[in-house]
Amino acid sequence: MNLWKIAWRSMQQRAVASWLTAISVGLGVALIVAVLVIHQVVDRSFRRGAQGYDLIVGAKGSALQLVLDTVFYLGQPVDLIPYSYYREFTEGRFVPAVRVAIPICTGHSYKGFRCVATIPDMFERLTYLDNREFKFREGRNFYAENYFEAVAGYTAARKLKLQVGQEIRPSGYGEVGKSQHEDEAFVIVGILEPTGTPVDRAIFLNLEGFFRCKAHQMGPSSEERMLRESEFRVVATSAESPEGHSSVLAGNGATGGSASEGTPSQESHEAPRHEGEDHAHEHAEDERRLSAILVVSELESNPQSAMALPRIINEEPYAQAIAPAQVVAELFDGIVGNVQKVLLILAVLVVIVAGIGITVSIYNSMSERRHEIAIMRALGASRGTVMAVILLESILLSLGGGLLGVVMGHTLVGALSPAIAEYTGVIVHPLDFQLAELILIPGLIALATAVGYLPALMAYRTDVAKCLIAAP
Amino acid sequence: MLLVLEEVRKSFPQPDGGRLEILDIPYFGLDAGEQVVLVGKSGSGKTTLLHIIAGISRPDSGSVRIDGWNITLLSEADCDRFRAKRIGYVFQTFNLLPGFTALENVLLSMYFADGRADRLRAKQLLERVGLGHRLGHKPPMLSVGEQQRVALARALANRPQLILADEPTANVDVGNQQIIINLLRETCREEGAALLLVTHSPEVARQFPRIERLEEINMVGKREVEQQV
Repeated sequence: MNLWKIAWRSMQQRAVASWLTAISVGLGVALIVAVLVIHQVVDRSFRRGAQGYDLIVGAKGSALQLVLDTVFYLGQPVDLIPYSYYREFTEGRFVPAVRVAIPICTGHSYKGFRCVATIPDMFERLTYLDNREFKFREGRNFYAENYFEAVAGYTAARKLKLQVGQEIRPSGYGEVGKSQHEDEAFVIVGILEPTGTPVDRAIFLNLEGFFRCKAHQMGPSSEERMLRESEFRVVATSAESPEGHSSVLAGNGATGGSASEGTPSQESHEAPRHEGEDHAHEHAEDERRLSAILVVSELESNPQSAMALPRIINEEPYAQAIAPAQVVAELFDGIVGNVQKVLLILAVLVVIVAGIGITVSIYNSMSERRHEIAIMRALGASRGTVMAVILLESILLSLGGGLLGVVMGHTLVGALSPAIAEYTGVIVHPLDFQLAELILIPGLIALATAVGYLPALMAYRTDVAKCLIAAP
Repeated sequence: MLLVLEEVRKSFPQPDGGRLEILDIPYFGLDAGEQVVLVGKSGSGKTTLLHIIAGISRPDSGSVRIDGWNITLLSEADCDRFRAKRIGYVFQTFNLLPGFTALENVLLSMYFADGRADRLRAKQLLERVGLGHRLGHKPPMLSVGEQQRVALARALANRPQLILADEPTANVDVGNQQIIINLLRETCREEGAALLLVTHSPEVARQFPRIERLEEINMVGKREVEQQV
């Protein structure tokens, strides 16, 4: 026999009221747990996407728009940059500062899923999350020389029921289902393992095939493109020193990056090329445009050059280099963080209201319990003892309700996890506990003590003689 | 003497601002192990007297000594502890805690006395009052006679020196009245506890070697009788 058991028995005696009170606390706690876990999911899904490379190089404009387009495959590209600018990263003046440079061209979709034109190095030289390598669930990466090959992200493949060997015909924005490439189908040659990043929800096309599409029209008019091309060349030339590109960024004995541009695999592959593709669909290289370039800097072997790279790019009039992690963090903290705060405040208010429910529940029971309290006092229980019993009952209701809430919250998260995985690419386990959930325990005890104080005080002040004489 | 009351006075406030005098007892005593029955008309202050002896109520003046301890001088917390350890109380309405089993009701009394609960003794007491087969039953599942027997076992749980029984047979059927009285007297004898029992029943009163009439020991009652005469 101890005070906890006495408090527990008091609760059992009013089982229905106790359950209802505990459930009301539980609902508030479940809400808090769900907000915490889902916040973590959103945080992870936001930050995960921006890992694996240091810089995004794109046309001048909104950094946020560039990140949304390049990292999350959302919205429209800021503007386009000439393909020749990409050459600066693979064989031009930026080589010493660059370990890997991956060209990206967005702007097409297939049945609502974004198509991203790139090179095979995207999956061979880039990593995601903590240096995890991309793996193929089925098939293989596309080969550089097989122009009309594509690979699908896990979610895109699952949702569209894509299979290796299936042909797809991407369409431009606003023309979902209406292919612009009637005669250039891309063949799915691989399906990626889930990564928990936006990659899962995209389809990746061979960049070369993308450029060779007959109907491919993107970016500014030909005149604009010519003008911009010449401006880029002027800027690039002026930035170069008489010693050539290496003097701009060379340092620390850099030998130059080995960034490759879709170097064909050493193995010989039988390319299932489309008929007539070699000449009729070819774009002149100087007409080619990119949405962005993903850059992994030579931060280890040539840190000086690597650190100078964004500044040099940003000083140029038409390009910008941004650190995606920083932009994502600002976006997250500025928008999502505030939403989370509001949700948490609402959830805490729900718990407080439930706490007041505990006060009301125990307070209402006090009239009938005064007699019991008087009996306990007559048996020798001190005022402090009966006060402790009421406080413990309040704490048990809060903690019981809290435990119920944690279970309900995680069950809710478990129930939502398939939808979360589908829409965000983040796989959430129902048993993913957040450290912040630990704050709930002292928080609930503090709440229970506060809300239990009034009825406990009533118990403390019970007039034993009067209550013993009064009819039970 | 185990129990000595001297110059004990008790009054209650009235709505008109005055005070209603209930008790004015110049002297009352009880020896260790003695069994005394206290009779008196309703509203004469019998229960109030038991409350004062138990330390549940404080007298306006006077002293209540139990085994040499003047409990009117003890702090409330000390008085609670003293009551738990040395006094057993059997109520007219049993006053068992309905959410606890028969065994737990007895254990509770032990727990409040010294924070420990002797399960074996609690079982033995319940077996002694004939409820060995009802240990896990809660009060609503017991008959009134059984409930009063649980209350008796609870009162004896801490080996008290004094048992106060406030009309213990008033709510019990006739068949059980004598059983309860016999149990009370026998167990008090076995445990060496003195018994002060309040009753309205002449049949019950006649069985006790010493019968006290409250009107005779209480000056308030005496004055009322004199006024009536």
